[in-house]
Parts: sequence; structure tokens; C-alpha cells
Amino acid sequence: MSETIKVDCAGQNCPVPLVETRKALRKAAAGDVVEVTGTHASSKKEIPMAAKAMGLEVLDVSEDGDRWTIRIRR
Amino acid sequence: MAEKATIVVQSGEFDKLYSALIIANGALAMGMEASMFFTFWGLQRLRKGQLDKGPLSKMHMLGLGKWMVKRRMKKANAVSLDRMLEDYVELGGKLMACDMTMEIMGIKREDLRDDLITDYCAVGSYIQEARESTITLFI
Repeated sequence: MSETIKVDCAGQNCPVPLVETRKALRKAAAGDVVEVTGTHASSKKEIPMAAKAMGLEVLDVSEDGDRWTIRIRR
Repeated sequence: MAEKATIVVQSGEFDKLYSALIIANGALAMGMEASMFFTFWGLQRLRKGQLDKGPLSKMHMLGLGKWMVKRRMKKANAVSLDRMLEDYVELGGKLMACDMTMEIMGIKREDLRDDLITDYCAVGSYIQEARESTITLFI
């Protein structure tokens, strides 16, 4: 059974959203989904870059004002 | 094998160590391996309680500049050096301490953050890591 691991990085600056995403991905089991939320603008494009570099699938990127949510499958 | 970033941390200034740790954490976060080699003034920062004690490389102004920068960092919600070092170790980053610097400067293992240091070594170990790294930096 796959789980969704939520990571809230709202208000956090560089490099925290990227680092917290990586920490969550390390803890996740294969098939789990890591859902990261944040407001740091550059992380919105860099977290998907990191996921792709690690060969992971970015399920979606959504936005609500300056708040973004990225879902990655481990 | 994952790609690797290798950083020589020769400087002990607050802002330079900040840059080094941000890059190192970024590398780990993006799926690379990372090694940091602490030598000379950089190694001073691995003494117990000394991580954020370095001056600014510019505009230190007897500590006033650093106080201002730290205040601005807090306002921007930028994380502390301590937090970044913890994250670095948690994500599997390696910390190497230069043993010749220890000898020259009279630093003993018990003076350093021995619990975090992966290895005490010399230039050969750095080269061995650097030769298989896609990113190498000297800060």
C-alpha cells in the first residue's frame, strides 16, 4: 500500500525545500508519493529538476497564489 | 554510482562556509554524493562551538556587519549553519578533516566535532574523491 508523505516548507528559504524533499524521498518506500508545499519561488522549478535527475516521476505541480505543491512518486 | 561534488573548505569566514554548505546540501538534495574537505581556516570551524563564529569575508566591521547580515538572514528565514551541517550529515555527506592542519595548528580530535567527521586524512584522499567528481570547488 503506497503512502503519501507530506512536507510543508511554506515560508522556508533556500535550500530548505530542496533538502526537506530529499529527506522525505530517502525515507519513502518505492511507490510512495512525496507531496511538498512551499512558497520559495526557485524551489518550484528546482524540486522537479532534482526529481528528474534522480529518475523519479513528478506527478504534478500546482499553484495557489505564491504557494505551490509538487507531488513526486518515489 | 551517483555523481559527486567535492568541496575544499579552506576559508573560515561565515559567508564562505555558508555558501559551501548550501552548495553541498544542494548537491545531496539533487541526488549527488558530496564530500567536504576542511583545511586551514576552514577546519577551525569544525572546532566545537565554532561553526558560526567566523567573521564576514567583507564588511565585517568589527562584527557589526555580521550582526546585520545575521539579522537579515533571520528575517529572510534563512537557516543556520548548524542546521545545514546537520542536514548535510543526515543526507549522507562526508566531512573530511585535514590532519596536517591539525598538526600545524595544534588541533586535537577532541577539539573537533569528532562525531560528525567521517575521516581524518590528507591530500591523497581529496584527490581520490575529486577524480571521480563532476563538481569540484575550492572555497
